[in-house]
Amino acid sequence: MTVAVNPSQTGEPVFYVADEHPHPEGYSTSLGFWIYLMSDCLIFAMLFAAFGVLGANYAAGPAPKDLFDLNLVAVNTSMLLLSSITYGFAMLTMQQNKIAQTQMWLAITGLFGIAFISIELTEFAHMIHEGATPQRSAFLSSFFTLVGTHGLHVSCGLIWLVTLMVQVWRFGLIEANRRRLMCLSMFWHFLDVVWIGVFTFVYLLGVLR
Amino acid sequence: MSPDLLKLIFGRLGLDSLPLHEPILVGTFVMVALGGGALFAGVTYFRLWGYLWREWFTTVDHKRIGIMYMILGIVMLLRGFADALMMRAQQALAFGGSEGFLPAHHYDQVFTAHGVIMIFFVAMPLVTGLMNYVVPLQIGARDVSFPFLNNFSFWMTVGGAVLVMASLFIGEFARTGWLAYPPLSNIGYSPDVGVDYYIWALQIAGVGTTLSGINLICTIVKLRCPGMTMMKMPVFTWTALCTNILIVASFPVLTVVLALLSLDRYVGTNFFTNDFGGSPMMYVNLIWIWGHPEVYILVLPAFGIFSEVTSTFSGKRLFGYTSMVYATVVITILSYLVWLHHFFTMGSGASVNSFFGITTMIISIPTGAKMFNWLFTMYRGRIRFELPMLWTIAFMLTFVLGGMTGVLLAVPPADFVLHNSLFLIAHFHNVIIGGVVFGAFAGINYWFPKAFGFKLDPFWGKLSFWFWVTGFYMAFMPLYVLGLMGVTRRLRVFDDPSLQIWFVIAAIGAGLVFLGILSMLMQFAVSFLKREQLKDVTGDPWDARTLEWATSSPPPDYNFAFTPVVHDNDAWWDMKKRGYQRPLIGFKPIHMPSSTGTGVILAGLATAMGFGLIWYIWWLAAASFIAMLVVGIGHTFNYHRDFDIPADDVIRTEDARTKLLAGAK
Repeated sequence: MTVAVNPSQTGEPVFYVADEHPHPEGYSTSLGFWIYLMSDCLIFAMLFAAFGVLGANYAAGPAPKDLFDLNLVAVNTSMLLLSSITYGFAMLTMQQNKIAQTQMWLAITGLFGIAFISIELTEFAHMIHEGATPQRSAFLSSFFTLVGTHGLHVSCGLIWLVTLMVQVWRFGLIEANRRRLMCLSMFWHFLDVVWIGVFTFVYLLGVLR
Repeated sequence: MSPDLLKLIFGRLGLDSLPLHEPILVGTFVMVALGGGALFAGVTYFRLWGYLWREWFTTVDHKRIGIMYMILGIVMLLRGFADALMMRAQQALAFGGSEGFLPAHHYDQVFTAHGVIMIFFVAMPLVTGLMNYVVPLQIGARDVSFPFLNNFSFWMTVGGAVLVMASLFIGEFARTGWLAYPPLSNIGYSPDVGVDYYIWALQIAGVGTTLSGINLICTIVKLRCPGMTMMKMPVFTWTALCTNILIVASFPVLTVVLALLSLDRYVGTNFFTNDFGGSPMMYVNLIWIWGHPEVYILVLPAFGIFSEVTSTFSGKRLFGYTSMVYATVVITILSYLVWLHHFFTMGSGASVNSFFGITTMIISIPTGAKMFNWLFTMYRGRIRFELPMLWTIAFMLTFVLGGMTGVLLAVPPADFVLHNSLFLIAHFHNVIIGGVVFGAFAGINYWFPKAFGFKLDPFWGKLSFWFWVTGFYMAFMPLYVLGLMGVTRRLRVFDDPSLQIWFVIAAIGAGLVFLGILSMLMQFAVSFLKREQLKDVTGDPWDARTLEWATSSPPPDYNFAFTPVVHDNDAWWDMKKRGYQRPLIGFKPIHMPSSTGTGVILAGLATAMGFGLIWYIWWLAAASFIAMLVVGIGHTFNYHRDFDIPADDVIRTEDARTKLLAGAK
């Protein structure tokens, strides 16, 4: 909406917009989604803080050194980082209006995401099998909660991804779907950034401790 | 049926969960059942269900959602205040060997429920309701940024309130105090459903609050009408912006801390346990990192209301607009740097305590600046002592008192003496009632004619005002005295007979406040009956200054036939002064969002899920969760969420107003 706001142009002050165009659909969406992401970021910040406070309270139980397999975590991290790259490719092809390629890259992103979740669940199962359960110590409680919350977010992202693929397949790359893909893109990269924090503070620093 | 099967179907819910042995609760239940039954029968008899569903429950109109928030807040006020009366009566009676009339098990629930309800389901809905109603009108917008989300947020808040109310008759509520500190709130010491009701009520309502915060920030940032720069926004909109930023930046902390407590209770993790490396004090820190901003979430919009009211009823531009805005922003930031003053006695050492003591005292500087701005606005103004102005003056006197006892409590050595004493109780009631509640009442009296097209009756309003104000002072000044004498909070029986007189005075004060509430309900009823006499056709009954008064009362669905253009802080005042002519021709169709029932359904499912989790009815929780996913995803397949109000309808509405206005002159 652009109107003459300055009264001096016509002499008479303008008090209303005579020829109005409504805000385009989704006018506030990207700002709203950003703010939502920041509130989600705060959730992770609190979980990091809890891990920071409790992360060394092993209660005579296993410590990071006994539990973490950095090779496995490195593989897992690369899964998530690659999924971010492929999501980027999906967005690029979306810009070029190539539906089939967009869908293909989204599918590849989803597969990387599933790989990430599977590896994480394997790691969890292994730890629990060895007796390192979330109930064992405050360190493990905060570890499982922080990493698990991230995993839960990725799982939600996967459900969202499938939903969007169905919607793109049914309705094409219409404006609304492009906007939704953009939101999921921000969400997905955001989870990537959070994972960098998890990888550094939980795994790398944990093994050093 | 076998016990295993029963457990599978009903979880830990059984016939013994119903509090049939507590006559007070049974009596209350009978009253609520009769009242609810009458309401249900009435709505059915007058065939109003369809109307309510179509026009109210599923509406995405910010005005109607705002009104529904206000109704929720007032209904819950009755419940929260019933708890207050019971506490005051108990403490006035329980002397000289008497146990009073409330057993410990019940009394502990009463003080917990009182705090939770008053903050989450009275103060929050009243504040959110006013922001929802007023902000889009003040910025010249047609609705909020995300109208469907707005409806959903409201119903999530209702879902939380429903769970708290359900705990009265099915099972019990928490007995932990309103912030549910562990280890008391952990599974070892609170094995029954009370704390679970607390957790899920707040989590469900919290989702609504957070989303509503995001929604209003976007609305204010993106949907202001042309010409309204940030520094031309009405002060109420400014305080709403800051409050919603606080909501988005603090409610996630509450979500996390309650989620961690749930994990401790449901899964057996060790976040807040005393053994296996857990830290109960981390809970106290985290919950106050949310809790302190929360009190500013409540009071900032009240400050905004007082600013609008003072300026309108003094007939003057607000004194020091810029300093008012900056004071609000400074308070917003500082509110994050003071949380530790709620537990100086934790023992974090002199330097940490000094830091938080000093930041706390610093908050009184911007607050004091605001106080002087209001005073200077009144100075040499032509003050009209209408109801909103009366509440504002009562606020200014009361809040300064509460603020000063707050500064006193901010001194750590003094706090060591006064911590958790009745002095603290008196202090925060002094600022919350004197600030938030008086602010909400000023706002209700001020904007009621905008929402309904007639003013509130001044006689019953003044009666309510005087009962409230005198009642407040009688109820809480004795608590300052008792606190200084060393009486701690949440006590049920007393040994020292010399204390009784103070509790009796406080109980009489609570009785006066009760009369104030009754007078307010009378005020609504009388005003409705006398609505023709109290009618306002101008849309601007107070000769006010901001944009919401530029449209009709009540405003049409689309708020403004043409989006306004703003040149000045007091946009409507400026328009009136410069001879603004209301446009009579050239109307166009107006694009508006459509109603949807998805919000009600999702929130209903969330409430069912909460109920299932509270009672360990796992099938119900899982089924509701899956249903939520299906309904939520299904909703995203609906791409057509808007419609156009035809130009003919706009013309009809605007012509009707033209006739009304002509008749008024």
